[in-house]
Amino acid sequence: MNSPTLPEREPAGSASPAEPARLEVVSRVPRKLARRSRLADVLFHYGTVACCLSVLGIVALIVVELVVHSRLSQHTFGWRFFTGDNWDPVSGDFGALPFLYGTLVSSFLSLVLAVPLAVGVAIFITEMCPRLLRGLLSFLVELLAAIPSVIYGLWGIFVLAPLLRKVVQPWLAKYLGWTGLFTGPPYGIGMLAAGVILAIMIIPIIASITREVLTAVPQMQREAVLALGATRWEMIRTGVLRNARAGIVGGIILGLGRALGETMAVTMVIGNSAQIVKSLFAPGYTMASVLANEFSEATGDLYLSALIEIGLALFLVTIVVNILARLLVWTVTRGTPVSTRA
Amino acid sequence: MGVGMEARNLNAWFGPAQVLHGISMDMAANQVTAIIGPSGCGKSTFIRCLNRLHETVPGARVEGKVQVGGNDIYGRSVPAVEVRRRVGMVFQKPNPFPTMSIYDNVAAGLKLNGFRNRRELDQIVEHSLCQAALWDEVKDQVKKKSGASLSGGQQQRLCIARALAVAPEVLLMDEPCSALDPISTSKIEELVFELKKDYTVVIVTHNMQQASRVADFTGFFLLGYLVEFDRTERVFTNPADKRTEDYVTGRFG
Amino acid sequence: MPENRTPTSPASSRGLRYWWRLLLDRVVTVLTVLCAVLVLAPLVAIFAYLVYRGIGALNWAFLTQTPKPVGELGGGMANAMVGSAIILGIASVIGVPLGIGSGIFLAEHGNQRFAQLVRFTADVLNGVPSIVTGIAVYSLVVLQQKHFSGFAGGVALGIMMVPTITRTTEEMLLMVPNIVREASLGLGIPRWRTTLSVVLRTATSGVITGIMLAFARVAGETAPLLFTAFGNQFWSLKLNQPMAALPLQIYVYAISPFDDWHRQAWAGALMLIVLIVGAVAAVRVATSRGMVRGAA
Repeated sequence: MNSPTLPEREPAGSASPAEPARLEVVSRVPRKLARRSRLADVLFHYGTVACCLSVLGIVALIVVELVVHSRLSQHTFGWRFFTGDNWDPVSGDFGALPFLYGTLVSSFLSLVLAVPLAVGVAIFITEMCPRLLRGLLSFLVELLAAIPSVIYGLWGIFVLAPLLRKVVQPWLAKYLGWTGLFTGPPYGIGMLAAGVILAIMIIPIIASITREVLTAVPQMQREAVLALGATRWEMIRTGVLRNARAGIVGGIILGLGRALGETMAVTMVIGNSAQIVKSLFAPGYTMASVLANEFSEATGDLYLSALIEIGLALFLVTIVVNILARLLVWTVTRGTPVSTRA
Repeated sequence: MGVGMEARNLNAWFGPAQVLHGISMDMAANQVTAIIGPSGCGKSTFIRCLNRLHETVPGARVEGKVQVGGNDIYGRSVPAVEVRRRVGMVFQKPNPFPTMSIYDNVAAGLKLNGFRNRRELDQIVEHSLCQAALWDEVKDQVKKKSGASLSGGQQQRLCIARALAVAPEVLLMDEPCSALDPISTSKIEELVFELKKDYTVVIVTHNMQQASRVADFTGFFLLGYLVEFDRTERVFTNPADKRTEDYVTGRFG
Repeated sequence: MPENRTPTSPASSRGLRYWWRLLLDRVVTVLTVLCAVLVLAPLVAIFAYLVYRGIGALNWAFLTQTPKPVGELGGGMANAMVGSAIILGIASVIGVPLGIGSGIFLAEHGNQRFAQLVRFTADVLNGVPSIVTGIAVYSLVVLQQKHFSGFAGGVALGIMMVPTITRTTEEMLLMVPNIVREASLGLGIPRWRTTLSVVLRTATSGVITGIMLAFARVAGETAPLLFTAFGNQFWSLKLNQPMAALPLQIYVYAISPFDDWHRQAWAGALMLIVLIVGAVAAVRVATSRGMVRGAA
């Protein structure tokens, strides 16, 4: 008698009630069919493995390409690449500091603007908003995330920049110009515009993760604070925000990761000028923007290699930031965002 | 010192469903009043009406009067925040604040109410932990250990200390021992006995032996109605209502 | 133990401190409402502007013609829309099978080391800035082929679709109760058949949701196409030549100095947003109506 082909997966702890019937059925299955089905199982299994391997392969290839093609620039400039502030394709001298500066400043500015708004919105939706509005509001906030970068850029050029130029920047220059951050001609386009656009773009991410971690705080904690005679805000502050701290920070870092790599919208409103200036009114340049603008016109191996080295740096920074963020969010929501496993 | 609490014709709803029907009950000062009854009889809902926690549930509604020391807590000008400070609560499952130390847990309510003086806080925290019979066990680590790192029984005593720190007049306890082991349970029952010297205690329990051990008065609830309310000995040995008798003799529930 | 502290009410219950707390509570409520308004304001503004500027420029010519030479008025983005469709088609052909295959593997082998590595890598891939992906594909495909191509653009976008589809497929498959699997296996249906025909079929609507989400995300991407598909002012349906794409065209027109091109950029943007929002809204409706479920 052939031994029946038993599937490897065992139901947890219990004998399948269909077992006797299955044995009977399968033992009637001719050997060839059983073997063919086993072959198909194996093929299928390895098919899925192949898919996974290709995912690994893709990332490996990306890393390899970036590292290999930036070699030339690495050898030529070493660490000077990131401290030099002269980006001169004509003479072949490449210092990427202005782009680092631009990326960091625009991202930091966007965080400053986005975090209070995003956390505020999340608190509103989770704790204060009437039940009926909750779904609608969260949908609308997520809609912000669905808008493509290029459309943000389009809006930035033709709506935001004029608004900044005519209304916001003069006001800032008048009342806060003493800080040195708001001086110079108000172009509209510039670091400030980039920061604002980025802020709008990262609010949905921060808000949605904050909402997730706020909702994960058990109702008991809220009631415990209320029972001590706390007002609603005190309840939120002590009973909810405190508990969700780590997750909120994770969400913020995730937003930072997004801001660092954002290309099109920033390119369209930042002015694309490789300079390091204190004032936020001045045009700037980010790592992603210089890639977008100059990559297709890069002549010469060194130029191309320098650009790819910037790409590599951007890649590494965003990966580190994203990993950090995921770790933080994971510790609060306790586990991968997938449902319970068998 | 504790003050008495009176419920007069208390009705409560969850949305359209009425869960409490005309409850009138006196909880005497410095006495322990127990509330017993089968699951779903409205005991938890009732006790949550006593510190105005019931109304925080969306769609929930309360009608009637509840007086604490003569003031109706549902009065038009009485803010819920003040009510909840004067009527403290300990919950079924211990819920200390996990991100705070033991000290901060107990001091939480105080800080909300404006206590800033370090020495005052230290005194009150120590006193509350003593009252909750937890001080001796944690006194060295009060500021270092987190509230969540204690055992279940200790956590619940921490929650009691936390509730006592804001000097309530009434202490509500919603099945405080149901998540605890027998030893912790008996420790807390001893505690309740001590606490009634300073506070009025209302305790919900599904454990009739517990009620007969700690309570001076007992109220029996059934399907949202207060069926009987009397001295504990009477309720358990010579109940007036047949339904009470059936419940306490174990014929149902 | 200190002597019995007289339980004084902390501060005076109705005193200054108390009113300050209530005031703070009110102020915070107002502030959070303000946050909600400020967050939604750009959304409203952007959509309003898109409709306002885009509707006027949307006409038959726009939908059917290719761009006119610089300086001439008129013309349209027909080639860009078709090009986008082709590129997205290629992207789906690459991204969907890889994503579903990996998702199936992860669902079946959840906690093994290899599976954790794959999951982690997919997350990493998700976080890679799209322009970096574009550069990598440039160097892998465009440099090898010695020309820009629609195919390369499809590859870049396909790569970007994989992490999203992998994650949603895994989640949806895990939501299918084990009972369904066991019932199928118990009937003697082979493992691979069970996964494909039974489990996957039960999770179909969820998986499709994931695909649509990934699709909506890459449909608007411009950066990875900059050095792969590159864009094309003329009709080009050939996969091995530069190809026009809607987001690319919008970008080129938006940064140009010509008013007519700006006008067309708005029209193109309107089309793009309608497509994407439509997809996202459909996903929302499907999930909230409960059409997306592991099993009944």
